[in-house]
Amino acid sequence: MVPELGNFALILALCLSVLLAFLPLLGAARNNQVWMSLARPLTAGVFVFLSIALVILAYSFVTNDFSVQFVANHSNTTLPIYYKITAVWGGHEGSFLFWTWMLGGWMLAVAIFSKSMPDEFVARVLGIMGALAVGYILFMVATSNPFDRALPLPPTNGADLNAALQDFAFIIHPPSLYMGYVGFSVVFAFAMAALLSGRLDAAWARWCRPWANAAWAILTVGLALGSWWAYYELGWGGWWAWDPVENPPMITWLLGAAMIHSLAATEKRGVFKSWTVLLAIMAFASSLLGTFITRSGLLTSEHAFASDPTRGVFILGFLGLIIGSSLVLYAIRAPILKSEFGFGSLSREVFLLANNMILVVASSAILLGTLYPMVYQAVSGGDLISVGPPYFNAIFVPLMGILAVLMGIGPIARWKRTSLAHLRQQLTKVVLASVGLGVVLPVLLTMGVPLATIATSILALWIVFAMLRDIQTKIANKPTVLAGLRSLSVSYWGMTLAHLGFVLTMAGACLTSIYSVERSVLLQPGQSTELGAYTFRFEGTRPVQGPNFVADEATIVISRDGKTYKTLYPQKRLYTASGTPTSHMGIDGRVLRDLFTTLGDPRENGAWSMTIYIKPFVRWIWIGSIFIALGGIFAVTDKRYRQFKVKRAAAVSRSSATLAAEGSQ
Amino acid sequence: MKNLKLYLPVLVFAALAVFMWRGLYLDSRTLPSMLINKPLPEFELRSLEEGDQLLTTADLPNEPFILNIWGSYCLPCLQENPIFMAAKDQGVVPIIGLNYKDRDDAARYWLDINGNPFDLVIVDDSGRYGIDLGVYGAPETFIIDANGVIRYKHIGTIDYRAWEDEIMPVIRSLREGGNS
Repeated sequence: MVPELGNFALILALCLSVLLAFLPLLGAARNNQVWMSLARPLTAGVFVFLSIALVILAYSFVTNDFSVQFVANHSNTTLPIYYKITAVWGGHEGSFLFWTWMLGGWMLAVAIFSKSMPDEFVARVLGIMGALAVGYILFMVATSNPFDRALPLPPTNGADLNAALQDFAFIIHPPSLYMGYVGFSVVFAFAMAALLSGRLDAAWARWCRPWANAAWAILTVGLALGSWWAYYELGWGGWWAWDPVENPPMITWLLGAAMIHSLAATEKRGVFKSWTVLLAIMAFASSLLGTFITRSGLLTSEHAFASDPTRGVFILGFLGLIIGSSLVLYAIRAPILKSEFGFGSLSREVFLLANNMILVVASSAILLGTLYPMVYQAVSGGDLISVGPPYFNAIFVPLMGILAVLMGIGPIARWKRTSLAHLRQQLTKVVLASVGLGVVLPVLLTMGVPLATIATSILALWIVFAMLRDIQTKIANKPTVLAGLRSLSVSYWGMTLAHLGFVLTMAGACLTSIYSVERSVLLQPGQSTELGAYTFRFEGTRPVQGPNFVADEATIVISRDGKTYKTLYPQKRLYTASGTPTSHMGIDGRVLRDLFTTLGDPRENGAWSMTIYIKPFVRWIWIGSIFIALGGIFAVTDKRYRQFKVKRAAAVSRSSATLAAEGSQ
Repeated sequence: MKNLKLYLPVLVFAALAVFMWRGLYLDSRTLPSMLINKPLPEFELRSLEEGDQLLTTADLPNEPFILNIWGSYCLPCLQENPIFMAAKDQGVVPIIGLNYKDRDDAARYWLDINGNPFDLVIVDDSGRYGIDLGVYGAPETFIIDANGVIRYKHIGTIDYRAWEDEIMPVIRSLREGGNS
């Protein structure tokens, strides 16, 4: 009975979102205040009923209601309670409900934090998001209802949650990734509203920026968590595999990065307007594409959900309708969005444009590599091929190198026009210092330095020095350094933090790729092996009983220069309900390097095969991502977004109402 | 329509959508193999264990068995491995591995780390035999009967459901057919 209530809540949410998709938009078109004012209450209603559905699904998990097919497939009585609740997003149907609920959450946030925007605009934004909700909920009800029953013969126990998912990261990675992903639909809705009203000015950019930054920052966290999880859970010591399902969020992230930079130019200078809108559409399209790829069975991958062509057709139809119509709308309306000002051939605008080009090229290359096997198959009718990491690395690494060079110059260049002399005066010392130290430091610290290390250190120092130089220039005429630092805006600090994060992530990724070493060995208890400066002694294994698994736990004592340094306990687990074995790593994580051990298989005489890795600087990748995300969040909290004067909003609202009235005559 | 280049994004998107739509229906896993009910093509290939001895179809089991195309580079193969390991531990059915377009050291290392479910690993490093078999890419799984005839082909990952619903019924029916 309770699951039927969940189904009912879902249908009510569908009805309300259908109303939301029509009435406020019609109201905005006809300047009907009453219909426009329905947007906020309808949004609240959609969110409430989606929440009820979500809570009921979680309740079904907690109460072991295996008559619900989705629960039977993804839970088990022995599953710990925290995995029972989070198993809600452990499979296709539930995770889609969760995804839709996230959309509802963003809609509610827009409804609440939009007091400064004109009603007409809010009505359009919420109406468009309501149309998205219609598509999502319809998809759920029609093809993947999480409340479907396994009647008349429900299983006595569930099939258990996929063993690879039973990990702390599973509790936090999907929510953050989804939240970031879905956040891009807010920016999409803003862009559509701008196209519909034909009004895209500095005020629009100021409303839009916090949402774009927030969605992008949260997506950064989601991606970083996914990479960290892959690193310590999957056991091959990798942190990024260019998997077909990892790629779409990366594409969205790159396009999002391009968009927040382009938005900055739109707000400050009134340029790149139609380009910003196009980026918003593309970023959102790439997030839908990610959904399509994971849920249609188009590509096989680690993350792919069970495939079903009807789902694929539905999502593709939805994708075609939403993205196709928004791109047509763009083509018709973009000529209205003229730039207000021009800019010189050497200006911050130009550097931002170059940044955008690189990010868009990088994301297109990833898209091509991801879809190429499918396109090839469709054209040739045969051969399933795969494009491996070498392709992606060969394109992505040089592009990020160029981006790093630009990242040093961009913030120092002035808006509108900057002179070569200015850049030279600001950056000559920076170039000399970064090249000099970039070569000297690695050579002093290690012997036989590869060129890649030197390139990495030069680029990293270049960005950091340029950043310091910029801060120095900005605070030069302030009485004290502290007063100077205080005078810089929160968004400026956000940008600095995010760029610093980029440096850390870039340095971490490059250095760990260059310096990681690994060794796979077969050890009997008491035997040891050496790797780098460390000796790893295998003390033997002992059986361990977990809540829903049994495991062999190895004891590996690590010593350095004869002194015992750390003991690691990697496990080989067997999840009893599904009979799935998994490896649980033993990791000693430090800022400068990780020691990483995985347990293989037992052999004769108590011997085990195992692999040992030393991964220098690998943590920097995720520390850097945290900085990037914090930078984005910082920028959101800048007070100029909050203290937007109500008076002016009212004036704007009046003037647009007048415009609309004139338009309808 | 005065600014035609603004329609470029929608045209690119339309082309992409057409490909994706075709991609849905060209799902390789549903393509029938031309080789079903034909004898397994002859081969003369190395074994992964003993470097110089050449294997032929005569070295294959005289009962129904599974031929799995895999490689150390292949992530889905890692997902299949526990299923094959369980089948091996319970002695359900002999499993022969065809190491496809791989390096020997990488393949051995992979088997060491993840466990070796195969009774025999045949090396096809050039991918020549893969062409005879019509292999799209790893992983693929064939079922061969006691007479060396290909009876079933699964393209893509074998998960628990595919194992229970597709592979095992074929194996069982082949065994029953052999007894009668």
